[in-house]
Amino acid sequence: MPVMTQKMTKVFERPRSLADIEFTYCPGCHHGLITRIIAQVIDELGIQERTVVVGPVGCSVFVYQWFRCDGIQSAHGRACAVATGIKRVNPDLIVFTYQGDGDLAAIGTAESIHAANRGENITVIFINNQIYGMTGGQMAPTTLIGQWATSCPDGRDAGLAGYPIRFSEMVAQLDAPVYVTRQSLYDQKRIMATSRAIKKAFQYQVECKGYSLVEILANCPTSWHMTPTQANKHIADVVTSVFPLGDLVDRG
Amino acid sequence: MRDKILIAGNDAIAEAGIRAGCRSYFGYPITPQNELLEYMSAHMPKAGGVFVQAESEIGAINMCYGASAAGARTMTSSSGPGMSLKLEGISYLAGSDLPCVIVNVARGGPGLGNIAPGQGDYFQATKGGGHGDYRMIVLAPATIPEATELTMLAFDLADKYRTPVLVLVDGVLGQMMEPVEFRDPVDPATLPPKPWALTGAQGRPPNIVTSFFLDPQELSELNLKRQDRYRRIVTQEVRYEEFETGDATIVIAAYGTVARIARTTVKLARNEGIKLGLLRPITLWPFPYAPLRALSNRVKVILTVEMSAGQMLEDVRLAVAERAETPFYGEMGGIVPTPRGILMEVKKYASYDAEDDQGF
Ligand SMILES: Cc1ncc(C[n+]2csc(CCOP(=O)(O)OP(=O)(O)O)c2C)c(N)n1
Ligand code: SF4
Ligand SMILES: [Mg+2]
Repeated sequence: MPVMTQKMTKVFERPRSLADIEFTYCPGCHHGLITRIIAQVIDELGIQERTVVVGPVGCSVFVYQWFRCDGIQSAHGRACAVATGIKRVNPDLIVFTYQGDGDLAAIGTAESIHAANRGENITVIFINNQIYGMTGGQMAPTTLIGQWATSCPDGRDAGLAGYPIRFSEMVAQLDAPVYVTRQSLYDQKRIMATSRAIKKAFQYQVECKGYSLVEILANCPTSWHMTPTQANKHIADVVTSVFPLGDLVDRG
Repeated sequence: MRDKILIAGNDAIAEAGIRAGCRSYFGYPITPQNELLEYMSAHMPKAGGVFVQAESEIGAINMCYGASAAGARTMTSSSGPGMSLKLEGISYLAGSDLPCVIVNVARGGPGLGNIAPGQGDYFQATKGGGHGDYRMIVLAPATIPEATELTMLAFDLADKYRTPVLVLVDGVLGQMMEPVEFRDPVDPATLPPKPWALTGAQGRPPNIVTSFFLDPQELSELNLKRQDRYRRIVTQEVRYEEFETGDATIVIAAYGTVARIARTTVKLARNEGIKLGLLRPITLWPFPYAPLRALSNRVKVILTVEMSAGQMLEDVRLAVAERAETPFYGEMGGIVPTPRGILMEVKKYASYDAEDDQGF
């Protein structure tokens, strides 16, 4: 038997910025994966000691607990206004919001659009799972036509509830945003792309370039009544046809 | 030597905010407070501070929530309809123990009402308005010099007790001009540190600002602590003014603009031999129950006058119980009572006084 003389190199470890607390998410939920990716990016950019997490109301309401960073909980939908207040009075801080589709694209539409339009130097992480996860699976503004939800028991009817809102496309119409992108996590390649997108968004903020929005097509196995594997396939086959992936704006 | 300058109420309150060391203001236009926002847009940047015209009052109060959490002295202002929108944010400020100064230049209501002065926001200001068990210190100046003093005080109280503080004026005080001698400005760098603020978790564990506590025991304990703090405010921060109450048999209870008008009524009444006095609450919360109670033991009538349907009246009656008559005179819709109009009301009750003057 040959003797192993090579030094072992660590190829995978827990990000330092990730707190040692158990997530409150359901098994297989993408919220946990996204949290880990953000923590990794914070480590890579060396910004843990000056990052402030602005949390929403939604399944990720405890997002401020998952990071070894300062954090704040905001009223439902108001995260971008809260982030504006923090960043304006202390521009040295790296401020990001983490918001669901109900939080950002329904109740928080005004705050979200106007922070983008002012070009606030913040990073917005937008988790589009096409459902209100936290309150038990009601229709979101992003819910697909025909998709079942507890408050549209016959499936979303465009005549009654309109169409899934493409928030990133709306923000991309504005002059101020420097980076607007839509990503997903349904396979390893997409996970890597999402990591790069999040890193770029934070990097732009570090460089004082301005506002970034990273929309992530995420799953909600619980409210979709799917296994995580079925949910990934659903995102790849169906969701991405309504919400096309890719960069919409990159002025960095 | 300090200069005396002639200045409108809205401008004076804004200037007082900057002098209090406030370097961040977030607002949304609404009459009759627009000049306050406009003053800030011109002067806050000159003072090295932050001015943002928000997308709404909801946006503005949440920007304050963020700025305050980051440790900054922060301020917003509005009027009736905008104040209603701010209530969500005020509840979150209170629930997260964050200081913030809010100015309501009150107008006629409810609904869109009008842009004339009003005092119909007393309940909203003093009894909650937003959700949950919270209180807010409410300061009600009656003159513009006093408005500047109280605005500066508001920042100290907000920081001291980690609570939102409301400065409640009305359209009259916002718009009229008076000579003001400002206090010297406070250098923000000299303000006490806020170790709880979000400044980056450098060399310390993360700081968290939240009002969210799933565990009933934990939330209950935080509420009990906050109630203790409120009790401290009640014992330490009651402010009021008495005018000609020494020998009075009738006393007017009024605040803000109405109190200022009622002062003239007191002089007119005294010229006619009516022993009229005035009790003016300066803090609407905490309310001066004790001095009113004391007065009610020796006067026959405490007449509450407000530009509302009778809101402070409820607190006056709580203080007085049945020890004195507690009639009410109110105007609504933006009508401002006149000194003689109030005097006519007083005279209805002055006869009580005259009738048994022998024995009184
Ligand atoms: C003002 C207000 N309205 C309603 C709610 C209830 N609520 C909590 S979370 C939520 C929806 C969250 O959905 P989303 O933002 O998509 O997040 P998810 O849970 O799907 O991640 C709602 C309606 C609230 N907390 N505050
Ligand atoms: S309800 Fe859905 S979004 Fe919420 S934690 Fe569970 S799987 Fe995730
Ligand atoms: Mg959702």
